Amino acid sequence: MLSIENLHGGIEDKGILHGIDLAIEAGTVHAIMGPNGSGKSTLAHILAGHPGYTVTAGRIRYDGSDLLALSVEERARAGLFLAFQYPLEIPGVSNINLLKTALNARRRAQGEEELDALEFIELVESRMALVNMEQELLYRSVNEGFSGGEKKRNEVLQMAVLEPRLAILDETDSGLDIDALKTVAEGVNQLRSPERAFLLITHYQRLLEYIRPDHVHILHGGRIVRSGDYTLAIELEKHGYSAIEAEFQHGQHHA
Amino acid sequence: MNASKQGVSSLISRTYKHGFVTPIESDTLPPGLNEDVIRTISSKKGEPDFMTQWRLQAYRHWLTMKEPRWSHVHYPGIDYQAISYFSSPKAGKARPKSLDEVDPALLETYNKLGIPLEEQELLAGVAVDAVFDSVSVATTFKEKLAELGIIFCSFSEAVKNHPDLIQRYLGSVVPPGDNFFASLNSAVFSDGSFVYVPPGVHCPMELSTYFRINASSTGQFERTLIIADKNAYVSYLEGCTAPMRDENQLHAAVVELIALDGAEIKYSTVQNWYPGDELGRGGIYNFVTKRGDCRGNRSKISWTQVETGSVITWKYPSCILRGDHSVGEFYSVALTNNLQQADTGTKMIHIGKETRSTIISKGISAGHGQNAYRGLVKMLGSADNARNYTQCDSLLIGDRCGAHTFPYIEVKNASARAEHEATTSKISDEQLFYLRQRGISEEDAVSMIVNGFCKSVFKELPMEFAVEAQKLLAVSLEGAIG
Repeated sequence: MLSIENLHGGIEDKGILHGIDLAIEAGTVHAIMGPNGSGKSTLAHILAGHPGYTVTAGRIRYDGSDLLALSVEERARAGLFLAFQYPLEIPGVSNINLLKTALNARRRAQGEEELDALEFIELVESRMALVNMEQELLYRSVNEGFSGGEKKRNEVLQMAVLEPRLAILDETDSGLDIDALKTVAEGVNQLRSPERAFLLITHYQRLLEYIRPDHVHILHGGRIVRSGDYTLAIELEKHGYSAIEAEFQHGQHHA
Repeated sequence: MNASKQGVSSLISRTYKHGFVTPIESDTLPPGLNEDVIRTISSKKGEPDFMTQWRLQAYRHWLTMKEPRWSHVHYPGIDYQAISYFSSPKAGKARPKSLDEVDPALLETYNKLGIPLEEQELLAGVAVDAVFDSVSVATTFKEKLAELGIIFCSFSEAVKNHPDLIQRYLGSVVPPGDNFFASLNSAVFSDGSFVYVPPGVHCPMELSTYFRINASSTGQFERTLIIADKNAYVSYLEGCTAPMRDENQLHAAVVELIALDGAEIKYSTVQNWYPGDELGRGGIYNFVTKRGDCRGNRSKISWTQVETGSVITWKYPSCILRGDHSVGEFYSVALTNNLQQADTGTKMIHIGKETRSTIISKGISAGHGQNAYRGLVKMLGSADNARNYTQCDSLLIGDRCGAHTFPYIEVKNASARAEHEATTSKISDEQLFYLRQRGISEEDAVSMIVNGFCKSVFKELPMEFAVEAQKLLAVSLEGAIG
């Protein structure tokens, strides 16, 4: 579904990623772990097409097409979803208005009919149950005055309504207490399906206890330095990033 | 970021959709202004002597006045002798009795604007007093209103048919010597609308006038007078668009509202005059005096305006809260793009006891647009327990535009309270990225954010106007990020 080859890029002139290779199959959950500054969020932003980030080399294929040639909204309509680490507030725009506009934009792009008000409400209500969200939040301005947990649940609600093919969760666990984390994880788990892939970006192993990944990658200095299964995350939890860094640096000196 | 900027600038350079000229022969006076011109206007309109004298007095006063320069707008001087002060469509002397009698070219103009009168009659339930240049050419629903004793007609008709009301109320809110542009208007006003709602009558429909400037180089001097008698209610809508022009056009209207005891007037404007091209050439100068007088106790006047047009807007719809317990409201969205300049706001003059006023102003600046809010809240010694709440928000789009706030607060009564809140914000790249990541186009994302910003004002507009206002804002703003 997604294949990243030799990706180099960063913010404007500052190189952050130095050759990422990663392939993600439909139906799988990948986790990317790494210390601060390793390039985790940069990767997420480049995948989503944030205009502040530049790609200097490499290519990304998504469902057989050149992802980098698509605009932000085209990628979104093609089923790429980014759950933000810091969801934005949009004053005066109701949550439900955003959901409806976004869903219909995607449906139009895929040549489907727009949902009428009734069908839409039914869909949203069924999805709200997934994240245990109060109805009242639908009619509030997007993320305005939401608690940290509400904002993250709102991201998962948007994901559930938009039904992406590839969902990238950028540090969705940060700032969540254990109950909120469980709710969010449960929502994500219910959305797992053979057609859908997830890329979890996280600093801590904690989230992975609740959303069990098929593959774990460790990002360091803008490169994936180790890949493995869930046991890699456990190892990391035990020894910390410093051990991995030391090992990586050691390995490099001998290369 | 570069890609996003390009997308945006291509959107900004969108041209005005309503630019066209209907070729209709006009009965137009040559340019210039003197007492003879004023007498000619008055006699062409068949006015009684009191009206002619009133105009002449205003003109003599105007000659002693200087054009004001205190506002935060810049424009080349206006040559008042180069303006033609009267123009009327030549299509017959008698007013048409139905749409069938209206010049087809005129109807075509309205159709291009998307405001077909036929449909308005049928669908909107709105009585329309359409002003084409200076003379009203079509009025609908008059009989229905007449049954209730409501007078809704052109100003000229009111001068002929209701001289008592005109003599009693004209100039009683905006005196002929009030300010430079109001005096000029008083001397040369061409036509406009007149509304009188008798005691206890709740006007059952929104009254609406579409103003339109058409004949080349003709100043537009509208005069509107609305009176709500005791315990009456009326909602009035004013909307405008104009065809494309090469030279600047002066528009100096005067609107007077009078609310007697227990009466309420709601006055809504969507103003979309030609804003000029990307360099500001050819736009309308909109120098308007709008004032409401809450003359009676427990009366209420509410102004709602959405200003997206004109190259220069200079207007301060105001309320004089004379009656005890009277209420004044001002809700405003003003948008400036390209080289548009707006200096707008309100004045709330609290005279009566327990008077209340609310001011919600939303200024949006894009391109090189300059937007100034200028507001005066004045509470006189007599205004026991007066209250004002002012909220003044500015939204900047891009980094070449400006927002300015000039609040003046004068409180002379110790029991009075005035609150003022102001914010300035920008549409951030992150907000846009967030919405685009959800599949929403950049254009739609901008208009979504702007509409959200304006929500508290739009909800004050009548439904059909609110929809129009949102569309207008979207069109005026498309791609205004840079």
